[in-house]
Amino acid sequence: MKKLKKLWDLMEGFRMLYIGAIISIGLATFFSLLTPLVISTTIDSIIGDKPLNIPRWAVNIIDYFGGTDELSQKLWICAFMIIGLTFFRGIFLYAKGKWSAVSAESIAKNIREKVYDHLQHLSYNYHVKAETGDLIQRCTSDVDTIRRFLSVQLVEIGRAIFMIGLVTPIIFSLNVKLAFVAISIIPVIFLFALIFFIKIKSAFKLSDEAEGRMSTTLQENLTGMRVVRAFARQKYEIEKFDEKSKEYRDLTFRVIWLLAWYWSLSDLLCFIQIGGVIVLGSYWGAKGTITLGTLVVFFTYEGMILWPVRQLGRILTDLGKTIVSIDRIQEILDVPREKKEKHERRPEIKGNISFKKVYFEYDAGRTVLNDISFDIKSGETIAIMGQTGSGKSSLVHLLARLYDYQKGSIKIDGVELKNIEKKWIRKNVGIVLQEPFLFSKSIKENISLARKGAKDAEVFEAARVAAIHDAVLDFDKGYETTVGERGVTLSGGQKQRIAIARTIINDSPILIFDDSLSAVDTETDASIRKALNNRRNSATTIIISHRISTLSEADRILVLDEGNLVQSGTHEELINKSGLYSRVWKIQNSLEEDMSKIV
Amino acid sequence: MSTIKEQEYSKKIDFRVWKKLLSYLKPYRKILMLLCVIMIGVSGVDVVFPYMNKYAIDNFITTGNLDGLWKFSLIYVGLIILQAVNILVFIAIAGKLETSLPYDIRKIGFERLQQLSFSYYDKTPVGWMMARMTSDLRRLGEIISWGIVDFVWGITMMFGIACVMFTLNWKLALITLSVVPLLALISLYFQQKILKAYRQVRKINSRITGSFNEGISGAKTTKTLVREEENLKEFEGLTGKMRASSIRAAVFSALFLPIVLTLGSVGTGLTLWFGGQRVLLETISYGTLVLFLSYTTQFFEPVRQLARILAELQAAQASAERVISMIETEPEIKDSQEVTDKFGTIYAPKKESWPNIQGNICFQNVSFAYKDGEKVLENFNINVKSGETIALVGETGSGKSTIVNLTCRFYEPTEGSILIDGVDYKERSLEWLHSNLGYVLQSPHLFSGTIKDNISYGYLEATEMDIIRAAKLVNAHSFIMKLENGYDTEVGEGGGKLSTGEKQLISFARAIVSNPAIFVLDEATSSIDTETEQLIQEAITNILEGRTSFIIAHRLSTIVSADRILVIRRGKVTEEGTHEQLLQKKGYYYRLYTNQFKKEKQESILNA
Repeated sequence: MKKLKKLWDLMEGFRMLYIGAIISIGLATFFSLLTPLVISTTIDSIIGDKPLNIPRWAVNIIDYFGGTDELSQKLWICAFMIIGLTFFRGIFLYAKGKWSAVSAESIAKNIREKVYDHLQHLSYNYHVKAETGDLIQRCTSDVDTIRRFLSVQLVEIGRAIFMIGLVTPIIFSLNVKLAFVAISIIPVIFLFALIFFIKIKSAFKLSDEAEGRMSTTLQENLTGMRVVRAFARQKYEIEKFDEKSKEYRDLTFRVIWLLAWYWSLSDLLCFIQIGGVIVLGSYWGAKGTITLGTLVVFFTYEGMILWPVRQLGRILTDLGKTIVSIDRIQEILDVPREKKEKHERRPEIKGNISFKKVYFEYDAGRTVLNDISFDIKSGETIAIMGQTGSGKSSLVHLLARLYDYQKGSIKIDGVELKNIEKKWIRKNVGIVLQEPFLFSKSIKENISLARKGAKDAEVFEAARVAAIHDAVLDFDKGYETTVGERGVTLSGGQKQRIAIARTIINDSPILIFDDSLSAVDTETDASIRKALNNRRNSATTIIISHRISTLSEADRILVLDEGNLVQSGTHEELINKSGLYSRVWKIQNSLEEDMSKIV
Repeated sequence: MSTIKEQEYSKKIDFRVWKKLLSYLKPYRKILMLLCVIMIGVSGVDVVFPYMNKYAIDNFITTGNLDGLWKFSLIYVGLIILQAVNILVFIAIAGKLETSLPYDIRKIGFERLQQLSFSYYDKTPVGWMMARMTSDLRRLGEIISWGIVDFVWGITMMFGIACVMFTLNWKLALITLSVVPLLALISLYFQQKILKAYRQVRKINSRITGSFNEGISGAKTTKTLVREEENLKEFEGLTGKMRASSIRAAVFSALFLPIVLTLGSVGTGLTLWFGGQRVLLETISYGTLVLFLSYTTQFFEPVRQLARILAELQAAQASAERVISMIETEPEIKDSQEVTDKFGTIYAPKKESWPNIQGNICFQNVSFAYKDGEKVLENFNINVKSGETIALVGETGSGKSTIVNLTCRFYEPTEGSILIDGVDYKERSLEWLHSNLGYVLQSPHLFSGTIKDNISYGYLEATEMDIIRAAKLVNAHSFIMKLENGYDTEVGEGGGKLSTGEKQLISFARAIVSNPAIFVLDEATSSIDTETEQLIQEAITNILEGRTSFIIAHRLSTIVSADRILVIRRGKVTEEGTHEQLLQKKGYYYRLYTNQFKKEKQESILNA
């Protein structure tokens, strides 16, 4: 019941529409049940001469048209009644179809947007650790499971209930004995369907898994085609694939085979049910205890009631799946979002940065940064170097509040960083990540992502500074070229340069390059930095790099080692002290020696 | 990028394409016949059931005579058992076809994909081929097998009902069936509309999936650019479209049923009206009227089904065309008839007639263009002696990879020829060349399976000893032994459970386990930890010994140890010689070397 509550919660805002849809299906069912009654009355009392066996108000209708004798001369009235009833039934069927679609699609839209928005507001750390494939699965197929249940199946349950609820009293009022016969096997059919669909789940799963294995084999073959050819393994691959493909074929056939038994047996049950009505109905009909028209009603109702009953078994198994899907989505929504705290402010940011005894760890006990203190004045260019895992990236991530430090203090222009709103600081800190992500939009749109309505001139200027302008113009469609899966594939260096362009377009007072020129050659690296310097001197710039040429041109160099700030100073100061920086610097000289040895 | 255009929708049904697909049903001729017989049986019983009602009404109820009720019941029981068996058998046969037909075509398609040239792979995305081989074929299997079922059932059902109706009273039959043509037209119209609308939904749905993918993979970037609100707005645009088009599709479906039902009720009404008059005139019996009334509803279902099949065939037309076009693509590179006669095919190689290989490779005036007019190599000449190591250096796009691709005969020269041991390699079979070739890609590609499986991929007959020897030679043995299951460790999809360096070592072992005479290596550029780097360098030295090798080299130690270095720029050799000779020239190679030297030294300090 608690689980059904979740479903109910999801329907918030569309409950009335659903109730409308369910009432519509009820009315449609009602009208569909009236048609056989009109036919039976016509046959029995209008064409035939049996006494009317219908409620008072219905007799009134017949009297209004002049009674049964008169009507037998005007059978077209009966025909129109049937058409009219079906027409009304159609209207309500349409209303049900439309309303349940509107509400189910709207709910699905809401869920999609809610999950999307929520995911975007989860912490940076969540996304570092996230398993993309699993998340996408939840966002797409789980949402779709819910949508399908809400749009089709939920209303079907309503139909089945109305059908059974309305048919049972009618047939009992018509003939109690035959009514008992008519519903005797229905519970068996329902249970059979329910049990079958629960049992068959594992067979479905096996077939799906086999398909997955076949797809994987195919994909590995296609992506590894060079290996296949180079080793002349075509025959081997064909045999391997054939085995998986056969397995998939056979397991899928097994599902169909089980379904064949299901349909065959459940049809047999239905036929027995119908047969019982025909044989016993004929017997009582011949004895005169039941009229022909009534019998026709029974025949028709029996056919109408059996289908929803069989469907019900299937729908109830799907309800289980739907609840699992709701849970899987709820798990995402339960992860806390990054929130704006009350005390957070939006101070003006000029670019003075001060670290005092900053301590940071990702997980308790695993120190990443320890006791880091330094000051950067607005407009300075600072380079950071250190070995892999020394904490360089973490340090700059703290500045954009992608993570929060645990001890010590970071001040931006005198304001404690933790008191500055996250989005505000990120707008003022332009950070180019190590592995930039480009969106599958045009290059122009990618560059102007962070600056809505940027003019072409601004985009070009940013691209020129990032030394990508000429390369972009070389593409067939220039700035309109789409990047990513559906467009051109860019090299690592091109991606990095576009990422730089989109970051600098915003004129942030603080700029951070997290090893973001690694895939660009040394000369381009130098020209980008030169262009940046010419563009504005005011931005505080932090560059993480491995390149000594890049590092040496900074105002100051910070050297990190295992989370500690071990050295800092200008190029001249550092080359004379022993340490990581001077070791890397000396390679330049040793190179000359090496070369003279070889030549 | 891709030259393959997705065909969206064809208006007409191209029977040629379907005939081709149906020709794959030939092996199933017998069960197909049985299926048709069964379906005729099913519709026959479906036609008889209402007739049973009529019989009961006319013979028992209206007369009050119960003679023959027992016999009637027995016949009924016989019929329902027959029908249950029919249903079991027809679903089973249709299921057999539904699974076997795609299986057979998939097999042919897979074999074809193993033969198609790399020029095909260059312009065809893997996802495209995957879709043809999986979802398209599944869909076609469904449509063909169940289409046959519904088609045979529908036609015989309509025919059977019409026969009974016309026999009993042809005038009333005409009146009852008068709405059928209109019903058929409307059904066809709506089925097409509905399918089209749902296709639109699927299209937007795949964009939503893409959007989720970007939203999740790009979440970190979004955060740094503070794009959350804009992204959501764009996403809302998409979900809004999704909602609108889904509702549109649902509304079409919701309209379809009421219209069909109402039209059907016109048929029922007409039957009741004119049939009732005939009952009053006693030209037909009560039972006949009831029979006609049930037949009207029964007649309309097959009409709808046939319309659905037509619409589905139309919708699946594009799938069918794509599948056929893939299967019918001819490989550009294949052995000539004489060659296969002499050396056998990939399935039946005549290894006994294969010549021994020395490993002398000679490019004679080779020119090559991937696309017409854009020459990547021009008049390229090189003579490599057996056992020599050639390092190719140059920028991306200079033509290094092309030389390697041509050597492997992944592509063939557009002009000139390549000789192996003095004979044009087109005169030898592809498999002969590839059996003597060891190949290592820049990014190693492993297959799901164990480490052992992956190494023996290079030489299927390899014994355990061969595998271990190969692994030891490339320094992979010690790390493999450290794994929990040693050589039986599963590497995961694409080798995902191993590190890049480990994957490289395995791919080396795979390349040399068959002891090939020619070795081709596209050296990895990605930096890996110093220790593994050291192991890989040693492995390369071990491998090169005694083999003719082409190496696209990035690492200095590999370049330096080569017998000859070729500097390739714009498809031409600009500098050639040993490391010392080239350094003394102080040209392009000199600059390249010094830069790389600095880079590697720095890396060795910083990537500790």
